Amino acid sequence: MSSKYETHEYDVLIMGAGGAGLRAAIEALAKGARVGVVCKSLLGKAHTVMAEGGIAAAMGNVDRADDWRTHFRDTMRGGKFLNNWRMAQLHAQEAPERVRELEQWGALFDRTESGDILQRAFGGHTFKRLCHVGDRTGLEMIRTLQDRGVQLGFDVFMECTITRLLTDGGRVNGAFGYWREQGRFVTFAAKAIVIASGGIGKAYKITSNSWEYTADGMALAYQAGAELLDMEFVQFHPTGMVWPPGVQGILVTEAVRGEGGQLRNKLGERFMEKYDPKRMELSTRDVVARSIYTEVKEGRGSEHGGAYLDISHKPAEYVKKKLPSMYHQFKELADVDITKEPMEVGPTCHYMMGGLRVDAETAQTSLPGLFAAGEAAAGLHGANRLGGNSLSDLLVFGKRAGAAAAEHANKTPSSPLDNAQIEAAERIMLEPFERSSGEGPYAIHRDLQDTMQSLVGIFRVEEDLRKALSKIEELKARAAKMSVEGSRMFNPGWHLSQDLRNMLVVSEAIARCALARQESRGAHSRIDYPKLDDAGWGKKNNVIRRAGDAMELTQVPVREMPEELKQVLAEDQVAVSKK
Amino acid sequence: MPEAMTETAATAPAAAAETARPVTEATLRVFRGDAERGELVDYRVPVAPGMVVLDALHSIQGHQAPDLAVRWNCKAGKCGSCSAEVNGRPRLTCKTRMDSLPLDQPVVVKPMKSFPRIKDLVTDVSWNYRVNKKIPPFQPKPGAEWKMDQREVDRVQEFRKCIECFLCQNVCHVLRDHDKKEEFGGPRFFVRVAGLEMHPLDAADRIPMLRKELGIGYCNITKCCTEVCPEEIHITDNAIIPLKERVVDRYFDPITMLVRKIRGASA
Repeated sequence: MSSKYETHEYDVLIMGAGGAGLRAAIEALAKGARVGVVCKSLLGKAHTVMAEGGIAAAMGNVDRADDWRTHFRDTMRGGKFLNNWRMAQLHAQEAPERVRELEQWGALFDRTESGDILQRAFGGHTFKRLCHVGDRTGLEMIRTLQDRGVQLGFDVFMECTITRLLTDGGRVNGAFGYWREQGRFVTFAAKAIVIASGGIGKAYKITSNSWEYTADGMALAYQAGAELLDMEFVQFHPTGMVWPPGVQGILVTEAVRGEGGQLRNKLGERFMEKYDPKRMELSTRDVVARSIYTEVKEGRGSEHGGAYLDISHKPAEYVKKKLPSMYHQFKELADVDITKEPMEVGPTCHYMMGGLRVDAETAQTSLPGLFAAGEAAAGLHGANRLGGNSLSDLLVFGKRAGAAAAEHANKTPSSPLDNAQIEAAERIMLEPFERSSGEGPYAIHRDLQDTMQSLVGIFRVEEDLRKALSKIEELKARAAKMSVEGSRMFNPGWHLSQDLRNMLVVSEAIARCALARQESRGAHSRIDYPKLDDAGWGKKNNVIRRAGDAMELTQVPVREMPEELKQVLAEDQVAVSKK
Repeated sequence: MPEAMTETAATAPAAAAETARPVTEATLRVFRGDAERGELVDYRVPVAPGMVVLDALHSIQGHQAPDLAVRWNCKAGKCGSCSAEVNGRPRLTCKTRMDSLPLDQPVVVKPMKSFPRIKDLVTDVSWNYRVNKKIPPFQPKPGAEWKMDQREVDRVQEFRKCIECFLCQNVCHVLRDHDKKEEFGGPRFFVRVAGLEMHPLDAADRIPMLRKELGIGYCNITKCCTEVCPEEIHITDNAIIPLKERVVDRYFDPITMLVRKIRGASA
């Protein structure tokens, strides 16, 4: 083992300290593993903190008829049946217990009259299903998990970034990274690694995601040999802020619509009547995002190019109580009082349905010893995620990943880290300092965001996607020559140079999968192939893997669903036709 | 009142907003430096409608000083990462609108004063995490049925809104002027303890800890913390004062003291 760097040794190393990473850590600790958690920011600042609307779990506290079957059906229907059905089943079955667990660890949800956890309506969910805390559910969840983890005793490496996974003969055995503060390098030896580092929003110009969302886990796992699945499915949340420019993309929670908010165009029409008359504003996110986009494109948009979202027909006190952070957000950032006037909203890049291909039961990727959970993993949500299904995903599969990683570690001997890999990782990080004349990473990042936003956005077409791929090639060439100013001490330009490499890998995967899928399904809309192709593409998942320096794309058949689950879906068809 | 707070009179946001006219450029005067040394550096930045101070800092990063160190995450007032002192006032830079500041003079942005500087606007806030670790976690009452009334929950939910921006810690004079970090937990952790102590189903006792390790007696309720809280938590009135009362009831109630004395004498 290299003695040149600070080195730490764990049974289970977790990359990311959002809901999935923390839940995995808690579970691995409970199984007796030594656990280290590495996160790019301070503890408690991960993206989960921004989740607003709630956790979907069929507890039946409000609508007694709800059960896991209905939740499973809703999830599969929302995902246009491309989901990994086993993940959707486990998720629906286990989510209620994961929520109760949070409560037993101190989380305080809003209550029903009879004192149970209150649940609210959300897009695509048949019943009132989202357990919530006003519109700050994610904050409640991350604090609860973080305090639980700290109490159980994991080591946290805050403001530390992993830049490479280390392997030993086809399995992972460690990771290389740097401390943001001083720029010193650090290595981790680990018998199992859980990727819980979220998605890729920062590759897009208009996004609700923070700077951390640069797909590090997906890119590093891909480089190490793991497979990526269904990367074309990027969720554009229908309601991001559109005005003023400084706030463009900031999320407006779906809970506004869950609490009765109405969408209108500049003519005052409730336009969802045209697109989904049955579910209206509570249609799935892909449908609502496309509807708003279409209204704007056809000249019926709001003053600043969005739609109007209005909750002012509800009593002001109710709005302030149920949507407090939305009230403050609009008041402070946009001078809009949402209890009196409508908000202006438009689509914003929000979530990645695609990600690392994992086994449903264990969350293990195609690379032994490497696990993935939460947004970094793919499968549960298929072609489109329902609101509220992300927080429950984090808990259900975070727990599963943590347990499986601890078990894997238990039966795996530690192996020495490979110095050649470590030195290569170091070289990549130091190169930008050695070039004196190259361009900096910021301009390349801006160009990538423009490319993804305009060519691989809500509506896609072959010509654009081909253009995007050749643009990404140019950007990769520019990135290979970029230079960085200043010292290694807390240097955001340097950090971005690494994040950018990751974003380029994953952006390419998105564009390749989007080009391949010649149909429109869920969040993936092709102007040149506007219909669902159930017989063809509806039966295929896209799989990306590394072949030398090239990216290889293949298709695998969607796994056949067992009879009993087909039955559960069929029940729904009956219910729908009766309505 | 800490020194930084008194500077705000000259730059009151409301007054500035009324006289605001469209400005296309502004000067940011930003602290650049490390733990030992540093200086204020001026940058000219273009100003767009609705722009916040964090946007201006990002503009500097993207076009003029790529190594400018700033901590931030959500840019939506939900994560509490981007705390700094803007024109002397402790603020979240993502919620401080440029058009609320007088842009005919430089906007001065400095790191939080109460924590050790790392680089530029980034400070070492790890002390807070060490204090947090000492607090006994939620401990459910035996046989709890997990039924709670919304009215009981409301009170605690106020405390759980805290986004850990540490601005309250930054302005608290016990920490800022007297640096009593060894003896005093600070407003953030009184809020956290209040959230646990007032949880309807919690059974742990943190009163002795409040008195000793967290030194709640040092707080003389000047309410500086409440004034800067971006979540508008009534830190002093709803968290600190009720906790102080619990400490007083336990340790300084005359009847309890008398009983203790008699018991002590007869032992």
